[in-house]
Amino acid sequence: MKTNDIITIKGVNKWYGDFHALNDINLAIKEGEIIVICGPSGSGKSTLIRCVNFLEKFQEGCIVVDGIKLTDDVKKIRQIRSEVSMVFQNFNLFPHLSIINNLTLAPIWVHNTTKQEAKEKALSLLDRVGIKDQADKYPNQLSGGQQQRVAIARALCTSPKIMLFDEPTSALDPEMISEVLDVIVELAKEGITMLCVTHEMGFAKKVADRIIFMDEGQIIEQNEPNTFFNNPESDRLRSFLNQILIR
Amino acid sequence: MSIFTLKQSRPAPKTQTGVLGWTTKHLFSSKTNAVLSLFALYFLYLILPPLLDWMIFGADFSAKTNAECTREAACWSYIGEKMNLFMYGMYPTEEYWRPNLLLTITLSFAFMVRLLKHQPYKNKAILTLFIIYPVIAFFLLYGNDFLGIKIVETNQWGGLMLTIVVASVGIVASFPIGVFLALGRQSRMKTIQFLSIAYIELIRGIPLITILFMVSVMLPLFFTEGINFDKLLRALIGITLFQTAYIAEVIRGGLQAVPKEQYEAADAIGLSFTQKMVFIILPQALKISIPNIVGSFIALFKDTTLVLIIGIFDMLAIAELATNDTDWLGRKTEGIVFVSIVIWMLLYLMSRYSKALERRFNTQH
Repeated sequence: MKTNDIITIKGVNKWYGDFHALNDINLAIKEGEIIVICGPSGSGKSTLIRCVNFLEKFQEGCIVVDGIKLTDDVKKIRQIRSEVSMVFQNFNLFPHLSIINNLTLAPIWVHNTTKQEAKEKALSLLDRVGIKDQADKYPNQLSGGQQQRVAIARALCTSPKIMLFDEPTSALDPEMISEVLDVIVELAKEGITMLCVTHEMGFAKKVADRIIFMDEGQIIEQNEPNTFFNNPESDRLRSFLNQILIR
Repeated sequence: MSIFTLKQSRPAPKTQTGVLGWTTKHLFSSKTNAVLSLFALYFLYLILPPLLDWMIFGADFSAKTNAECTREAACWSYIGEKMNLFMYGMYPTEEYWRPNLLLTITLSFAFMVRLLKHQPYKNKAILTLFIIYPVIAFFLLYGNDFLGIKIVETNQWGGLMLTIVVASVGIVASFPIGVFLALGRQSRMKTIQFLSIAYIELIRGIPLITILFMVSVMLPLFFTEGINFDKLLRALIGITLFQTAYIAEVIRGGLQAVPKEQYEAADAIGLSFTQKMVFIILPQALKISIPNIVGSFIALFKDTTLVLIIGIFDMLAIAELATNDTDWLGRKTEGIVFVSIVIWMLLYLMSRYSKALERRFNTQH
């Protein structure tokens, strides 16, 4: 495994008004590493990964992504966003565009790919997530699981170095969760750096290089999956694991 | 233990379908509904026969002069007599071919746009049509010495032609400015936001009549004497200023209805502000606002009748003017009814078009 850090998060603090949402976060992520972030709701997991592509501003600290330091500079933010893709909890596809146009928009307008090339790549990605035949439909004509797979294909269209997943299966019907997780597992084998916020512990066990547990805006504990599940150090994590693993 | 078998579907009971089903369901479903239905029928019985009698059955269609219209009903020959006045105002008779030709061109352009629908070069072609159309329209209606088309001053324009010119210029000009104002009002740049809000709130607080008076009386004061601003142009500026503020607010409503997640998704894939607005946000916002935008345009169309007060003769003003003819005294009602019917037809068409647009952009199926 390569050893250089692709994301460095140093002393990041963020407040929503008076609420301290992220409290002194320090984290280094290696290229190709697969990180799963878990924790109770309101613990700041989503906020943290949304800081990586600057969907959220933070007040203190610094984040360096692939050698680019995040500042208010619009150009740098766009540069980072063109290397970092994000998959949202509610898919956030563009409802007025057909599936294929959802996929080709960023390659054509942000990455200056030709229309033909973008379309070919989009179709091959749709094929990979198993919905090539839906290319000309609109998002609302697809099921939740299909929409999320389209969203993953859209995120992959720009050949990102880093993928952010913000609870990708939380809004799905139970029988659709596995079809989406299967796609992410496949991706995990390919060496893209991934940060994934999820409650799917089975999935975490299977793919993660490292699992991070957050609570009250802080990183409480992080470890490789085996130790994380079998020998949790803190009481907080132990009670959290008890609660979610019993089900 | 029994095995479950699917039962055959049966047709619905007679009382649920057909004329009888519809009547019981929609007109007599409850006591209140039944009373209301009977009341509505009685109202129609009171209104319709005399109305139809006045408009059609008792009406005079062929009288040559007013004196021949002796019946107690409409005298439509008056409208026939004044038709040119209603359509073109005081536009010189020998130049009628110009507005007629423009109408033909308009319809054929609309037809061409339909034909182009699936062509690869359609966007460029439509843009070209959109740019050359106003130029053609201006040269045809106003004229140009160089091209050898006789100039017809705007104070000779009138009637339905003028109504349509004022309404369509108001619509076409106010729409893009309205979009910018709506975006300006949402801007994070405080100066731009303040200016947009100030403009919108100022204009919305003033009646159109006042604005028309102001542009007609005050605008010339800002310019050195001798520069004579065309009266129609002043009215067009006033109406556009007015309509812009309303359109901006309608579009702002649409912008706010687009979920925050759409902005985030557009940001996350790296689109710039302009790309985000043009490709993601505005199409959705405008789609949501179609009914309100068209509603606002329909209101504008009707408001154009107010240009009368600065001495421009739209169709309604012509109905008034035509009563001055001593040969056709006492026929004002016919004029007003005719104008109402024509304007209603145009507005109903707009309304249907709006419905069709909504269906076309609907991707929720």
